[in-house]
Amino acid sequence: MFIDVVINLFKNFLVTLQLFGFTLLFSLPLGLIISFGSMSRFKPLSFLVKVFVWVIRGTPLMLQLILFYFGPGLLVSAAEAGGVDNAFVDFFRKLNMADPLVTAIIAFSINYACYFSEIFRGGIQGVPKGQQEAGEVLGLTKTQIFFKITLMQMIKRIVPPMSNEIITLVKDTSLARTITVYEIIWAAQDYIRVDGLLWPLFFTGVYYLAFSGLLTLLFNYIEKKLSYFKV
Amino acid sequence: MPFLEIKDIYKSFGKTEVLKGISLSLEEGEVISIIGSSGSGKTTLLRCLNFLETPDNGKIFVRDKVLFDGENKAALKDEQIRENRLHFGLVFQSFNLFPQYSVLDNVMLAPKLLKKGTNDEIANKARKLIEQVGLTEKIDSYPCQLSGGQQQRVAIARALAMNPDILCFDEPTSALDPELTGEVLRVIKGLKEQGSTMIVVTHEMEFAKNVSDKIIFMADGVIEEIGTPEEIFENPKSEKTKHFLQNSLEKI
Repeated sequence: MFIDVVINLFKNFLVTLQLFGFTLLFSLPLGLIISFGSMSRFKPLSFLVKVFVWVIRGTPLMLQLILFYFGPGLLVSAAEAGGVDNAFVDFFRKLNMADPLVTAIIAFSINYACYFSEIFRGGIQGVPKGQQEAGEVLGLTKTQIFFKITLMQMIKRIVPPMSNEIITLVKDTSLARTITVYEIIWAAQDYIRVDGLLWPLFFTGVYYLAFSGLLTLLFNYIEKKLSYFKV
Repeated sequence: MPFLEIKDIYKSFGKTEVLKGISLSLEEGEVISIIGSSGSGKTTLLRCLNFLETPDNGKIFVRDKVLFDGENKAALKDEQIRENRLHFGLVFQSFNLFPQYSVLDNVMLAPKLLKKGTNDEIANKARKLIEQVGLTEKIDSYPCQLSGGQQQRVAIARALAMNPDILCFDEPTSALDPELTGEVLRVIKGLKEQGSTMIVVTHEMEFAKNVSDKIIFMADGVIEEIGTPEEIFENPKSEKTKHFLQNSLEKI
């Protein structure tokens, strides 16, 4: 019995890991783009981006999940009732039919991108202006300065806050069960419902602990790797 | 036509006029020191030459080529600005070495990215420059392992790696402990002996006197007095110059 539960929970923890992995994959670059937007010298753009970040960070992730889960369907039925049908409506129709895991990945990616964008912004703005100027007087382009000078210093600065946020993401994935993503917590709750077993729910903690422990080791390793220089 | 000619440079930050019509010229191989109290516009002038600031008005020529013309500055594209910058090198007060790169990579970074030769050529030249500033032993060290004086010498090698026509120094020893200023000043003096054209903003009066062909005394955004070291230090004409020199040479 115990082994069965362990294996079964592990299978569902893989769903958790998928949500975690894809969210990171999409939210990191998206976060960088959002941070550039919020630092843009074009005021209307930076204003819009800041409002967006405020809305996303200012509302519960659970609410956003539910919106992404039900929103497309509501839009489509409203459009159909109004006799509208175009590529736009079709896009939402597909979104509505999508696997809830996909919906969760979209909502999580947008949510985490906004948190990451603020960390990135802090990291970029924390690099002394003299670094950029030193690159400029050597004749480097803005892109070269960002990728060859600023980026590495920014990465070093943001490792501690990023590790915090990423470990939070591991545990936040459990929210996805509200939109029927069959991840580990939900699987454990099934044991309560079906078999009257409570302990599997508590046992899920072991998976989370093991995985966040692994991540902690990884971040320690990265920090150590980057300790050859000071910023 | 002189090597470098600056005509009537104006620059304001908001309502504060920092440069109020600066004109000067420089021949190849000459060294000019700019002295003056804080806020007189010395650093801003250097930053204008390196296009870190855009002057509001005026003209800058190097070897007869117009680098900046206040009358059509809007036409200045990013790429042109980058090209113009290559005529000048700048050594900062706070060194601004790239912390994540070793001494060698700091010196090689820009020539490599701007493809100024093969990797071997660039590395050889970088090694020579590092030897010239006396840091061959530290070639694989990172900036955080160096003293301020050593960092500043690396910064000089880094600026030289791009072969600037004119090397500018913005108070190169102001952030250093007094016992470390000598090593940096000796490097600059060595460059003069090799015929480098340089503009040095400095508070080191003794150094300015020994190394410069011309001294400029700036006050309140204008060139108050310009002359040979003897003229400025022995026979200053302007009251402001006299006052400044009295204060800065005062022995306590």
